[in-house]
Amino acid sequence: MTLTTVRVRGEASSVRLPGAWGLGLRRGALEIKQFFRQRDQVVFTFAFPVVFLFLFASIFKDDVRGAGITASQLYVPAMMAAGIMSTSFQSLGISIAIERDEKVLRRLRGTPMPPAAYFLGKIWLVLVTGLMETAILLVVGTSLYDVKLPSDPAKWADFAWIFVLGLTACALLGIAISSVPKSGKSATSVVVLPFLVLQFISGVYIAIDTIPDWMLNIGALFPLKWMCQGLRGVFLPESAKVLEQAGGWEFGRIALVLGAWCVGGLLLCLLTFRWKNRRDG
Amino acid sequence: MTTHANELAVDVRGLRKQYGDVTAVDGIDLGIRRGEVFGLLGPNGAGKSTTVEILQGNRGRDAGEVSVLGADPATGTRAWRSRVGIVWQDESAPAELTVDETVRHFARYYPRPRDPEEVIGLVGLEAKAGSRIKALSGGQRRRLDVALGVIGGPELLLLDEPTTGFDPAARRQFWDLIRKLADEGTTILLTTHYLEEAEALAHRLAVVARGRVVAEGEPAALRERFGTEATVEWTEADGTTRRERTDTPTRTVAELTRRFDGEIPGLSVTRPTLEDVYLRLTGQENAR
Repeated sequence: MTLTTVRVRGEASSVRLPGAWGLGLRRGALEIKQFFRQRDQVVFTFAFPVVFLFLFASIFKDDVRGAGITASQLYVPAMMAAGIMSTSFQSLGISIAIERDEKVLRRLRGTPMPPAAYFLGKIWLVLVTGLMETAILLVVGTSLYDVKLPSDPAKWADFAWIFVLGLTACALLGIAISSVPKSGKSATSVVVLPFLVLQFISGVYIAIDTIPDWMLNIGALFPLKWMCQGLRGVFLPESAKVLEQAGGWEFGRIALVLGAWCVGGLLLCLLTFRWKNRRDG
Repeated sequence: MTTHANELAVDVRGLRKQYGDVTAVDGIDLGIRRGEVFGLLGPNGAGKSTTVEILQGNRGRDAGEVSVLGADPATGTRAWRSRVGIVWQDESAPAELTVDETVRHFARYYPRPRDPEEVIGLVGLEAKAGSRIKALSGGQRRRLDVALGVIGGPELLLLDEPTTGFDPAARRQFWDLIRKLADEGTTILLTTHYLEEAEALAHRLAVVARGRVVAEGEPAALRERFGTEATVEWTEADGTTRRERTDTPTRTVAELTRRFDGEIPGLSVTRPTLEDVYLRLTGQENAR
């Protein structure tokens, strides 16, 4: 009996624990599997921005004066940015709140899984769903609303970093806001309201040159406004620059704001993330 | 490697935990030996779950010393977590995954996991290995919970009211599973408010009431210690019922025989069951 105990303990302490990166990949695969098995969730997650793009771009389609584009074209990058935020911020904010409520998180905390593996898994999930969402919107935008895919590789490089930084910042904010709702049931309302407001004041639903400056300045504090602006810079002709608040795409500033949100979002997550519901202490 | 044969798997002294004005745990001492099945028995709200959550490292404490497998759970490392298995009171498995996928995935978290297939067999879910978790019955989910609790090959398994809501047949099956794990040498701490469960499974048990341990020992010894006192009941000539608790019921009856000069009206002599002992210890005597 004694001998057995000693042997088991000795081996346990000499064996290396699985690493966070590898476990993060496995968690990502598992998250993606779970996501695609909930068919209604898949359909609605992807359909939401597509339906909105269709509605807005079909209702407002006149030429925008002096910008050389139509209002429909303006909605394509805007909805892509909103789509990235919905697959990251909204879906993580709601799903993590529910996982916390249903004690999925508490169970994970009781295992030797490193916390970073959980977050990495979520990032992999939103990378895959975000890319799919963006691709769908791009197909709709180019085939129905006359948006041209850029031929300059530099534009695609800009697209890549805007996508990655924007998605990461929004994902981290989504993880952070998941701690706000008291229960999984209230999560949807808590997460959707700020997202909806941001979409109005960041130039998603309403064209950027129509929104009052003070609203736009509030919107500029958050990532969505900069994601919209960056994607306009990638997918719209140079003539559309005149609509921007600053009269230009401001790629440098976009990178700065989104990067700052990635760092700030990470800190916010580390400081506020809870594995348990408030009720559970 | 300074492991001692008599090192305790769980060593708790003077544990206290308060929620606002309510004292949930009021100075609990526990010593659980390696390889033993220890039952924490008590009514709802006695402080059992709080105690187990503190041992899991999932809740802070206000006072007391706690050592679980030689470490303080409040500062439990990943290596420590890999040696402790937890079976929660409320189920929480990802509904869209299959039993097999879930058990295999959890095995990845541990440095030296058990074979997932073997563990699924151990909990009797072979036939359900390919089923989504949302399609399992309550009892089957509980078995999955146990599978996830033991997949890491824990030295200590903490089970919080594992059979609440089970039908009698499911409970018996679950007991067999716990016995199997105990036979493999796993130290098990089990909380329950079912007396028969503690009696059936635990080598030793502690009865907890109002945040304190009110009795501790082997189930048979507890019965012996608190159960020798018999109750003699009879009816007086004026029709009133008299009751006397005594360690020497034969002498009481002999005295009564002399007094009544023959038959004693309404005579009964009863020994308390372990349940009576339990209810008396936990102050629920009048609840019956």
